[in-house]
Amino acid sequence: MNAKASSRNDLYLILGFIVAVALGPIIMTPFGGYPDLLQKFAIFGIFAIGFNILFGLTGYLSFGHAAFLGAGSYAAVWCFKLVGMNVLPAIISAMIVGGLFSALIGFVSLRRSGIYFSILTLAFAQMCYNLAYSVLGQPGMNLTNGETGLQLKLDDPRYFGESASESGTIPPTSMFGIEMKQIHEFDLFGMTVQVSNGYFVCALFVILAFYVSMRIFRSPFGMMLRAVKTNQNRMSYTGLNTRPYALAAFVISGMYAGLAGGLMSAMDPLAGAERMQWTASGEVVLMTILGGAGTLIGPIIGAGVIKYLENIFSSFNDQVMTGFFDFLPDWLGSAMVWITSPFVGEGWHLTLGVIFMLIVIFLPGGLMEGFARIGRLFRGSRKRGEGAADAPRVPAE
Amino acid sequence: MDQILLQILNGLDKGSAYALIALGLTLIFGTLGVVNFAHGALFMLGAFCTVSLNKLLTMEQVVLDETRMTAWGTPMEIRTPFVEAWFGEFGTTLVEYAVPLSILVAIPVMLLVGVTMERGLIKHFYKRPHAEQILVTFGLAIVLQEIIKAWFGANPIPQSEPDALGGMLDFGAAIGMTEGTITYPAWRLVYFLFAGVVITGVFCFLQFTTFGMVVRAGMADRETVGLLGINIDKRFTFMFGLAAVVAGLAGVMYTPILSPDYHLGMDFLVLSFVVVVVGGMGSLGGAVMAGFLLGILQSFTAMKRPAIFPDAADRTVGEDILNVWYTILEYLPGIDQIIIYLAAVVVLLVRPRGLMGRKGVMET
Repeated sequence: MNAKASSRNDLYLILGFIVAVALGPIIMTPFGGYPDLLQKFAIFGIFAIGFNILFGLTGYLSFGHAAFLGAGSYAAVWCFKLVGMNVLPAIISAMIVGGLFSALIGFVSLRRSGIYFSILTLAFAQMCYNLAYSVLGQPGMNLTNGETGLQLKLDDPRYFGESASESGTIPPTSMFGIEMKQIHEFDLFGMTVQVSNGYFVCALFVILAFYVSMRIFRSPFGMMLRAVKTNQNRMSYTGLNTRPYALAAFVISGMYAGLAGGLMSAMDPLAGAERMQWTASGEVVLMTILGGAGTLIGPIIGAGVIKYLENIFSSFNDQVMTGFFDFLPDWLGSAMVWITSPFVGEGWHLTLGVIFMLIVIFLPGGLMEGFARIGRLFRGSRKRGEGAADAPRVPAE
Repeated sequence: MDQILLQILNGLDKGSAYALIALGLTLIFGTLGVVNFAHGALFMLGAFCTVSLNKLLTMEQVVLDETRMTAWGTPMEIRTPFVEAWFGEFGTTLVEYAVPLSILVAIPVMLLVGVTMERGLIKHFYKRPHAEQILVTFGLAIVLQEIIKAWFGANPIPQSEPDALGGMLDFGAAIGMTEGTITYPAWRLVYFLFAGVVITGVFCFLQFTTFGMVVRAGMADRETVGLLGINIDKRFTFMFGLAAVVAGLAGVMYTPILSPDYHLGMDFLVLSFVVVVVGGMGSLGGAVMAGFLLGILQSFTAMKRPAIFPDAADRTVGEDILNVWYTILEYLPGIDQIIIYLAAVVVLLVRPRGLMGRKGVMET
């Protein structure tokens, strides 16, 4: 595969991605998509892309990325409180804060690698959670408003914007006058498609994030990060200090997390400590693994699948399940309901844990590896012999 | 002086729990080379052994007493636990001593859980990358925790210690100080003693039995021990079970101090990891020592100036020092929540292998 072909493939990939994101609302409408869910896809997609830059390329498994997301969303809400309701400065400050936090935590954690690194990032994330939950939420130094979470108030100064709208309410988040929450509806093929302005902003950022991550994957810097993953000792022996590279990857992925946090606050201007909890860190790990760590689009697919399943599963309850198994004989139906009910609704996390274990055990390369296997299977049966030549191109990044 | 003693005592119970969990973690890491993210879940499972036993013991029979009426005019329900109905006085004692009794339940249960976990899941991950070992145990932790949540609900379930071991203990009077200066919940002291017994037991087992000797040899050089014709895998599996038992027992006895709920394990796990890092990865003594040290450190930073504190003129030297300490703490509100992590940062920057870590073990 020569350089020209690969750059043309990349062009197709990014164009395809843009089309998919642009058509997202239309594609998702028949499957019960709605503006909030689509925004979630994009935001968690960004989060997972960023995480993948660290984990997929360098192999450093961070268990603390939720801390950067949380820090970013706090920063964005503070920006809404002090500067104004424009989302752009909020998102930028969220990225900066996410980057600063990750630089601090990365500087200490990256002294170690492997298991130690995971433990340390987990510990620091938990420390950030404690800070946000109790320490910085106390009167006197109230940065996070503790348990309640940081919210906008009418008497916030907003030095560069209006503190209250004309109707006397808190003004909505906007980008130069375009309100994030405003929803457009239009009819297409007999269905009503809903799109919010917020989705366009998220879509813009997810495309940018994807493009940047693709550039990193293809750059010499990305090659260096892959080398860190493959054999760090060897890199050190050749006289190269790998730590700055790892730290750079860590900070970049921290900024992605901050961006995701900022977008989250921009769509819904409040921030709570629970965003920093280890479960949230585990979730992004899961998204990346599920999609396929080290691949370009894997993490986004993973994020989409998880968020979609979450949306579906947590809306189920016993009644829905009973309706679902109606076609079965009564005793079998109720047995099925009894079996499945712990996995739906409140029990969504159980399903998540089970999926997580199954993926790690049976498909460590994630869905992308699964697709590749299926693809090989088909090609192998159709034109045997050429499969070997195709193989290197199969890990479709 | 009494303040200092009180804080040390306060730190002991948390420190004991940290030490016990960290001991198990280190045992597993030292023998199998796996970091068990599900170890907190084992702690939680132990705690829920107590809850289950308690539920079982207090299962009630309902008898309608026709002679007495409630205020609503229905026959009064007399509820007595089955064990009391069957065994009378002895049954009442059984119910009261549910927490210590659960130890007997927890040992076989946790051993089974531990061995099943190792044989069924973790065994297949020795040759896979570290990241996957972490991920699979992490997934297992989520699953265990959610099963407990589905079964027992999300709310904490309070457990009570037996009356004889409950209440406050006047510790000051016991060691010859003025009465009433140091009062301390008796159960916490019981917990500390219990932890001491378990830790000593594990160390003696490793130090003075042939089995323990082989295990130690295996920790030092697994391959050579295997070449000598010893089935080291079997012994390591047992050690995993033992570590699970230690974590489970820590959970059983902790229930009266902190009502167990499903995410209890993860809260303790993160701190125990820090303890292991501070103590030195792979060092059993380091894990135990760091557990107690960090527990005590935490309680010292949680101190607050008491309402009745002598004025500057009537203070003794000790009280002056205390006053300075209180003032420092006032400027750092909530420092007790994060002090353990800060300690970990300092240790990591100054002495990367941990307080008692061996040279060359996990230094990179």
